[in-house]
Amino acid sequence: MRFIEPTAQDIKEQKLYKEMGLTDTEYQKVIDILSREPNYTELGIFSVMWSEHCSYKHSKTFLKQFPTTGEHVLMGPGEGAGVVDIGDNQAVVFKVESHNHPSAVEPYQGAATGVGGIIRDIVSIGARPIGLLNSLRFGELTTANNRRLLRGVVSGIGGYGNCIGIPTVSGEVEFDSSYDGNPLVNAMCVGIIEHDKIQKGTAQGTGNKVIYVGLKTGRDGIHGATFASEELSEESDAKRPSVQIGDPFTGKKLMEATLEAIDMPELVGIQDMGAAGLTSSSSEMAAKGNSGMTLYLDKVPVREEGISPYEMMLSETQERMLLVVENGSEDKFLELFDAKELDSAVIGEVTDNDRLLLYFENELYADIPVMPLSEEAPEYILEEQEADKDEAREDYSNEDLENVFIQLISHPTHGDKSFIFDQYDSQVGANTVKESGFGSGVTRVEGTDKAISMAIDGKSRYVYADPYNGGKEVVAQTFRSIIATGATPLAMTDCLNYGSPENPIIYNQLSESTKGMAEACLALSTPVVSGNVSLYNENREGSILPTPVVGMVGLIDDVNFMKSSKVSEGDALYLVGELTPSFSGSQIEKILENRIRKTVRNIDLELEYKRGISLQRKLVNGEINKISPLGRGGLITKLAQLAGYFNLGIDVNVDVRKDLLFSEGASNYLVVAESGMDIEDAVEIGKLSGDKFSVKTKDFELIQSLIEIKAHWEGAIPSCMNYVD
Amino acid sequence: MKFAVIRFPGSNCDRDLYNAAIKSGAEADYVDYRETSLDNYDGVLIPGGFSFGDYLRSGAMASVAPVTAAIKKLADEGRPVLGICNGFQILTEIGLLPGALIHNDSHTFISRNESLKIVNNQTAFTDQYEHNENVIFPIAHGEGHYYCSDETYEILVKNNQIVLTYNNNPNGSRNDIAGIVNEAGNVCGMMPHPERALETLLGSEDGYRIFDSIAKWGDK
Repeated sequence: MRFIEPTAQDIKEQKLYKEMGLTDTEYQKVIDILSREPNYTELGIFSVMWSEHCSYKHSKTFLKQFPTTGEHVLMGPGEGAGVVDIGDNQAVVFKVESHNHPSAVEPYQGAATGVGGIIRDIVSIGARPIGLLNSLRFGELTTANNRRLLRGVVSGIGGYGNCIGIPTVSGEVEFDSSYDGNPLVNAMCVGIIEHDKIQKGTAQGTGNKVIYVGLKTGRDGIHGATFASEELSEESDAKRPSVQIGDPFTGKKLMEATLEAIDMPELVGIQDMGAAGLTSSSSEMAAKGNSGMTLYLDKVPVREEGISPYEMMLSETQERMLLVVENGSEDKFLELFDAKELDSAVIGEVTDNDRLLLYFENELYADIPVMPLSEEAPEYILEEQEADKDEAREDYSNEDLENVFIQLISHPTHGDKSFIFDQYDSQVGANTVKESGFGSGVTRVEGTDKAISMAIDGKSRYVYADPYNGGKEVVAQTFRSIIATGATPLAMTDCLNYGSPENPIIYNQLSESTKGMAEACLALSTPVVSGNVSLYNENREGSILPTPVVGMVGLIDDVNFMKSSKVSEGDALYLVGELTPSFSGSQIEKILENRIRKTVRNIDLELEYKRGISLQRKLVNGEINKISPLGRGGLITKLAQLAGYFNLGIDVNVDVRKDLLFSEGASNYLVVAESGMDIEDAVEIGKLSGDKFSVKTKDFELIQSLIEIKAHWEGAIPSCMNYVD
Repeated sequence: MKFAVIRFPGSNCDRDLYNAAIKSGAEADYVDYRETSLDNYDGVLIPGGFSFGDYLRSGAMASVAPVTAAIKKLADEGRPVLGICNGFQILTEIGLLPGALIHNDSHTFISRNESLKIVNNQTAFTDQYEHNENVIFPIAHGEGHYYCSDETYEILVKNNQIVLTYNNNPNGSRNDIAGIVNEAGNVCGMMPHPERALETLLGSEDGYRIFDSIAKWGDK
């Protein structure tokens, strides 16, 4: 062999498989599959394919609960992204994916490659991306490291998205100490495709050729998927070489070339080289096509001499795609890629056996049966234990609520997010209907009056308080964001961010919250069409809050109604729904008690759906001007955000006990409309007017100048970021 | 009028600019940066984006691309050349416009709807606007701070070459400059994106008149 690496004997005796994250049992399973001991290359391939990131070995059992079919679903989970019908032979393609661990170690590149990776997932289906979203979690901005992470992640997301020219249209961010040093970076991409162009990552047809296109392979990101499936530790900084480097310029060329290649009838299948790079793309395509594949790795374009087959198969060099094309047509594709100034090469062919065979200069480096590699990945059902319940606290009315309110609106989680959104190009493509920064994004489908509404959200404190109902609430909250744009919710994608599943309490969070999510998907008619799992999100202090994130898309049939719907001085404000004590997982609880009480949270999914759809119709019909779902910090926080965003005074009187202004129950909205409207379950509480922020209840009165409220709201993030770190 | 929309690798507002030209009634073709002749075109539109990744310096690589000589020739013949965002950066790099675009003072990318003033409506690009009319165009750039020497600035003022200024300077540009023309008035560069401001639905229709003006260039 021309590369010096441990022998099969060394691996067995020194248990080197452990360094790659495989257990003794898993190693034995590899031996059973191969009927011999694996060599170093083969072991590397099994270890990444069986990592949590690629195999979902700890989460598969929960993912099976999700409804994945529906009237509009054209393609559910299993491919690069889900596809949902929007009529007129068009479909929307979308997925969310995490890049948490890389971003913790190298925030700029970690976030940038997260964006690049999710874009390639959408493009590999054949769709042109029309919108990017992101869901971010950081520790509090009171520490230099969290500020560094925020700066790096935001500029990384912008650095990639702005350059490749896809608008970032929406997102959300939350700051909580449980994310100290373990930020969450979830990126979502939405694309548009015509039905007959939908591609699959499949390798079929003996003799058909395998083409590599994109950046030359280097040694970057080796074992990235394995790294992503471990707890972060003091040694994590030493994993910096596991972080990939993004190249949005090549990404842009690759995107345009791929979209042209998809129009060529000789294309059989295509998949991007994401996590586990060449390994996952080649073996998954072969598995899906019920074929074998032989690769000649000396043909792979490489950045430097001496990269071994092991390194090549595990490299996570960015901006690469793998294509299978009809035998004889390969030159046509190579010419296209030459014209786009991209490296490309024929590196192998599809075979009629069931083996993944890897050669380098005529020497065989791996001989693995295709099916067991992807289909027989271990699946674990672990021990779970429900956390003990706490006693609920139902009354905060003896607290200094004015002080709590000021703390809330000055907190980065609730304050103005311009610091972040202004760094993202939200309008490239000239179809962005709604400015980002306030709820979901809306992008018109070019050449039509249709528009796609897209939102992403997570509510980890609710999930921690009550995993089962909290799981429902995450789906419902995102549903409300879509409703608020006047769109009909179509389907969703999810990213499950949790701590170590080996902890029975966390395993229970995973199990209960996904059960709740699945029920909500059914009740709200939003099937799951794609998703991703990120476990082992832990730092030295412990686990992150359980953070399932939901990305949802909806359809607006005729976006022109938005021309006339606007918020203006004198409009009336309505509270839709009832304010009842719901404080577990709330922001007032966080500020005053710095804890989360684990008690039951309530949500009625039937009511949620009915109310949502009814409000959505009223908005589209022009009966009401704006819908704003209540969320973190309750009604009073929403009022302040509305005042700050529209620069309009608030004059409101609500007939409730004063602390209920901070209650965070489900299914409630604030609606802006003309005075005197008859809206179901709604009560008119005041109007948008004047230069004051005035909120009264029977036993409470808060009156401040609009300028002051706006200053708190606008300064929330900038005042933290002014430090020169 | 038939426009060449130049496509460099990394251009990403090429479609938006093409659509704007068509919407205003002009004809347009995408032209690859490897082309060496623009003889079939009446004008040139250089789109925004990140030509060649802007890895070296914004517009620097594009300035030595094969198509550059043809753009210069067309400009010398008095035909209209409009560069937006990265297009403006390229025009300063190839010397068709004076000054340079450097990093925003904040050292972050800035994207938002910006309030601007048409300070010169005597150019063939802005003749449909009122003098000192306020308009909203989106901006989206990391290197949009317009920089020039005192000497150059005096020349710009003397020749009435400053076309567009920011009402709330977002990036530190000298004297709020957002867009300029050359001395002859046929080459215009601006950092804001009028091609994204063609419809109220998208936030502003203030940009349309620029394209309408240049579509009627031949009549002038």
